[in-house]
Amino acid sequence: MKSSNDFFMSGRNIPAWISGLAFLSANLGAQEVMGMAASGAKYGMMTSHFYWVGAVPAMVFVGVFMMPFYYGSKARSVPEYLKLRYDEKTRTFNAFSFATMTVFSSGISMYAMAKLLNLLLGWNFDVALWASAAIVLAYIFLGGLTSAIYNEVMQFFLIVLGFAPLVFLGLRDVGGWSGLVSRLDLVATQSQNVAGEPYAAGAWVSAWNHMGTSGGNPMGVEWFGMVMGLGFVLSFGYWCTDFLVVQRAMVAENEQAARRVPLIAAVPKMLFPFLVILPGMIAIALTYKSGQTGFALPVKGNAYDYDMTIPLMLKHYFPTGLLGLGLTALMASFMSGMAGNVTAFNTVWTYDIYQSHIAKNKSDGHYLRMGRAATVFGIGLSIMTAYMAQHFNNIMDMLQLVFAFVNAPLFATFLLGMFWKRTTGHGAFAGLIGGTLAAALHHGLTMPVGAESLFKGGWIGPVMHTYPSEMAQNFWTAIWSWTTCFTVTILISLLTKRTKSDEELRGLVYSLTERHDEGHLPWYKRPIYLGAMILLAVTVLNLAFL
Amino acid sequence: MRFDLRLPIGFLFSIFGAILVIYGFITPAEAYTQSLGINVNLYWGVVLCAFGGVMLGFALRARTR
Repeated sequence: MKSSNDFFMSGRNIPAWISGLAFLSANLGAQEVMGMAASGAKYGMMTSHFYWVGAVPAMVFVGVFMMPFYYGSKARSVPEYLKLRYDEKTRTFNAFSFATMTVFSSGISMYAMAKLLNLLLGWNFDVALWASAAIVLAYIFLGGLTSAIYNEVMQFFLIVLGFAPLVFLGLRDVGGWSGLVSRLDLVATQSQNVAGEPYAAGAWVSAWNHMGTSGGNPMGVEWFGMVMGLGFVLSFGYWCTDFLVVQRAMVAENEQAARRVPLIAAVPKMLFPFLVILPGMIAIALTYKSGQTGFALPVKGNAYDYDMTIPLMLKHYFPTGLLGLGLTALMASFMSGMAGNVTAFNTVWTYDIYQSHIAKNKSDGHYLRMGRAATVFGIGLSIMTAYMAQHFNNIMDMLQLVFAFVNAPLFATFLLGMFWKRTTGHGAFAGLIGGTLAAALHHGLTMPVGAESLFKGGWIGPVMHTYPSEMAQNFWTAIWSWTTCFTVTILISLLTKRTKSDEELRGLVYSLTERHDEGHLPWYKRPIYLGAMILLAVTVLNLAFL
Repeated sequence: MRFDLRLPIGFLFSIFGAILVIYGFITPAEAYTQSLGINVNLYWGVVLCAFGGVMLGFALRARTR
């Protein structure tokens, strides 16, 4: 590692299968493993929408449509793309909101890891938190992006191989899928929605059947809110604009390889629900019969502490030996979550805030040192957000809240920027501000049912609407913020003059970018065919768990 | 010569697998009541060894070319 380019971009020479798996495991942090299991227990099979409606279609979209812009523009970061496409102020705004988001994400991982050490090894929560922060710090200092990417691939295998036996043992214990279904029917009929009515028997095991009304399913959301909020806005927003994941594809050796990265990653992603959601569903089924099973989720406030699902399930089923492997896998997942976010934080801070506003034209070594200092600073901020995460019983709820503020409006800015050359810098900037404000207003005026903390909403004063769950509130926050950004950007763009000529936008806007002829590639290397096959497979999965 | 990631992955999982297999042999059957009476250490150790071996095999084949 000799230059700042090696530290931040890995010198662009990483093979596609490695960046594909890194792309996937950059997001396989605590949020994935613990959060999805927690959601599996709290919301049941509907959690699969995060994958089969959200992530997988979004990854196909990124590979087929978005990657040529990112790669072709040679931007080193998403904010830098915004600068090339729009202007300096849009980029700076995004750099700040993105930096905030990475800090929250790594803070959430840190919280989860501290909680795990606290529960399984009996460490004090504060000690565990600061110890995990110190480990991540050392880890990033030593290597930069290349080491982060290589480690992510290792961690991918660790997680898959460490958790597969848990799913096997759990399913065997409850009598296979059919046994799980009958136990979860019991869970559904014994739980109540906000109106105090029990759910229909299949509410925890079907992905779509109970989404006609928001009261019929544990997530408390009707199909429109889910498809629009989670599928379109949050998932597309996350996978298309989150620099943390896009960065993994941008280090591929050429544009074709970069486009294949998200598509390669989408294949294992499709199967992840079985690995991470099933343990949660098994855990809640066992909890409702804890007299016979000896397993129960702990209670936190007036609900279960769903975040404890994975650690407790490991402890319940894994004997000494395999338990070590399971814990290693979990630790690895936290490390990859934190390291990925902190790495993205230091890149954005150094290039997009420090180099462009604070200290221009310094030596390469200067920026490398700055990147390291930013790492320390980012970890310090993460520790603060880790304490904030204590207010939630499902880290996924908190994470999607952050995404609704940051990624949702940004996704509108990107869509318009890439597909409508008339979009202006003023329009984009006003749209982003408007979208973020709309998210804040919506969050401040609504609340999930039973919330006792201001982090969950209602901080403006009057509560206009109460949602059945945190997730339903997040989806609608995202919808409001995306729609506001989309509308404001169009309006202001029409009212202001274009400042960038067609020539300047070449490679940045779809209609002005020449497309490479990929006819000479074999079919399995052509993004469009790969994408179509993945979409077909994901449709089959949705139908199978209707 | 480029660094081949399959090599460390192969080593790591072969070692993990070997530890689990040995541990699976020396532990008494009572240790496995929580895992439904299945000696998961032994069986999963074999799976990990196999995975590690395949990774090593790929890496070595690429190296000799």
